[in-house]
Amino acid sequence: MENSKKVLEVKNLSAVYNTEAGVVKAVNDISFTIHEKETLGLVGETGAGKTTTALSIMQLLPEKTGEIKKGSSIMYNGDELIGKSQAEMRLIRGACISMIFQDPMTALNPLMTVGEQIYESLDIHNVNNKSKQELEARVDELLELVGIPAKRKINYPHEFSGGMKQRIVIAIALACEPLLLIADEPTTALDVTIQAQVLNLMRELKEKLSTSMIMITHDLGVVAQTCDKVAVMYAGEIVEYGRIEDIFDREKPHHPYTIGLFDAIPSLVGESTRLKPIDGLMPDPANLPTGCHFNPRCKQCTEGCKKDGEMYIYRDGEHMIRCNLMKGEGK
Amino acid sequence: MSELIKTVDLKKYFRISKTEQLHAVDGVNLSIDAGKTLGVVGESGCGKSTLGRTVLGLQPATGGQILFEGKDLTKLSASERKKYTKEMQIIFQDPYSSLNPRMSVFQLIAEPLQMHRVYKTKGELLDRVLYLMEKVGLDLRFINAYPHEMDGGRRQRVGIARALALNPKFIVCDEPVSALDVSIQAQIINLLMDMQEEMGLTYMFITHDLSVVRHMSDEIMVMYLGQCVEKAPAKELFAKPMHPYTQALLAAIPQPVLGAEMNREVIRGEVSNPINPKPGCRFATRCKYCTEACTKADLPLKDVGEGHQVACVLYN
Repeated sequence: MENSKKVLEVKNLSAVYNTEAGVVKAVNDISFTIHEKETLGLVGETGAGKTTTALSIMQLLPEKTGEIKKGSSIMYNGDELIGKSQAEMRLIRGACISMIFQDPMTALNPLMTVGEQIYESLDIHNVNNKSKQELEARVDELLELVGIPAKRKINYPHEFSGGMKQRIVIAIALACEPLLLIADEPTTALDVTIQAQVLNLMRELKEKLSTSMIMITHDLGVVAQTCDKVAVMYAGEIVEYGRIEDIFDREKPHHPYTIGLFDAIPSLVGESTRLKPIDGLMPDPANLPTGCHFNPRCKQCTEGCKKDGEMYIYRDGEHMIRCNLMKGEGK
Repeated sequence: MSELIKTVDLKKYFRISKTEQLHAVDGVNLSIDAGKTLGVVGESGCGKSTLGRTVLGLQPATGGQILFEGKDLTKLSASERKKYTKEMQIIFQDPYSSLNPRMSVFQLIAEPLQMHRVYKTKGELLDRVLYLMEKVGLDLRFINAYPHEMDGGRRQRVGIARALALNPKFIVCDEPVSALDVSIQAQIINLLMDMQEEMGLTYMFITHDLSVVRHMSDEIMVMYLGQCVEKAPAKELFAKPMHPYTQALLAAIPQPVLGAEMNREVIRGEVSNPINPKPGCRFATRCKYCTEACTKADLPLKDVGEGHQVACVLYN
């Protein structure tokens, strides 16, 4: 896996929103790499900066307020994305990198049939000048691929259920066979049984089309089943990063926030005991605490954690933890 | 243990056209002992929220009985019924839309108390509101705050304080944590369990999250298209799910453990609408064990021992 091609390399990415209430530091200096056919899970709670990371990669931050800081780098297939014009990005979006949004109810245009919406994406990126018939045939093929009868392409989004709409969104995202797929909470709005269907479908399609993927989610169960690597985000930073075996191995050292996340989920096995929530709330991103951003909620916080300055970074192979408590554990 | 609330063959139909009726709740029998929690699980559209609202009388039942401490609520007049509204409260799913954005925390929590004219003086009312805020873990500095100034967890605490204001005996929790982040979700679940212990509350806990329901409930009822398909003590249900739908539902939960590979046998299809339903098992179209007997007649819940009841021909 290590020698395979790097599809996406994000280095020192920082993104801010300039708002009336001040500068909101949504993403602070994060780096990660995705190789061919790999799936990276971005895990964290609301406001951790997961979606901002995805929008930065797509260069879709709101024009007036969103800003990617100098020194950030996003390399796609060896090509720098930051600084590209909107016209250049338009050729990349959909064709090379595509995105599945959280809510399938609002991601589709209610006034277009689903067939037209899939056709639109194919037509815009029609580099080989395929004929209309060929594109229509491809629309049918894509619908069948995601398990919807092709004859339903003349239907409008409201005629489909939530799970089927998400399948259609997936069909649009995969229409041009992108190298990288960013899925932003693709199953959060769906019931468990439908979630299982959609996750299975995504896994099959990933195998078939050898797509790399970024899976944004807050559900550690979904991560366990779909990802190769995990980045745990808190207040705009990656606090822990590693192969899935590292993150889910409770014997290994972990960031206190990762431990908190695991402890907060009610278990399906064993005796049910009192839950151990993480006390307090996510900090206001316009007014982040000094030092480690997690320190106000951390039970093992020391004086050193509250001071600004270099955070200790533990490394063991690919496993990375950003926490002062790891001093002495590192190699 | 005394029985606090019970429904007998409870039905709620919605008329959608001259000839069509949607059977949202179709003949549900349940009973909850005082101080216990009944978990109601099922996918969206299975009628679990409608069941909760009908039990509370937020919408009239189409048929059947609702017995609260032995008294049939469906037969009471509106003014008689008001006495019972004090005893029965609800916590809603979405703390973003269930609170009036133009009311402050004080007004929101005081509203039920004012409605029922519990206190004569303003001082008493304020004391009670402050007491409730402390109970649910809301900082007193939020007393004049408006909902938009608070995050989801705090808003849900306001919702809980409102429900507790009148010292009810019975609370319907309609997906109270599904709009919250996991770390906040755990805080709210702990709060609800503490309140139950302290005040001896009886809960009907409606959710689609099976791990939460296992954690909270004494007994669990699984619903599918308006009907109860399986009912059992919480531990028993997870250890020995009997109905094919319950089995599929449990298998579909992604577990945060490596190697716990998702059960590949995912159920096909989706929940349909119970509009003028045909007799027989409503899960039959998606069930891999479906036989001819399944679609012949409605199946009653059958007792299979240890408080476990299931409606499926496999166990007849």
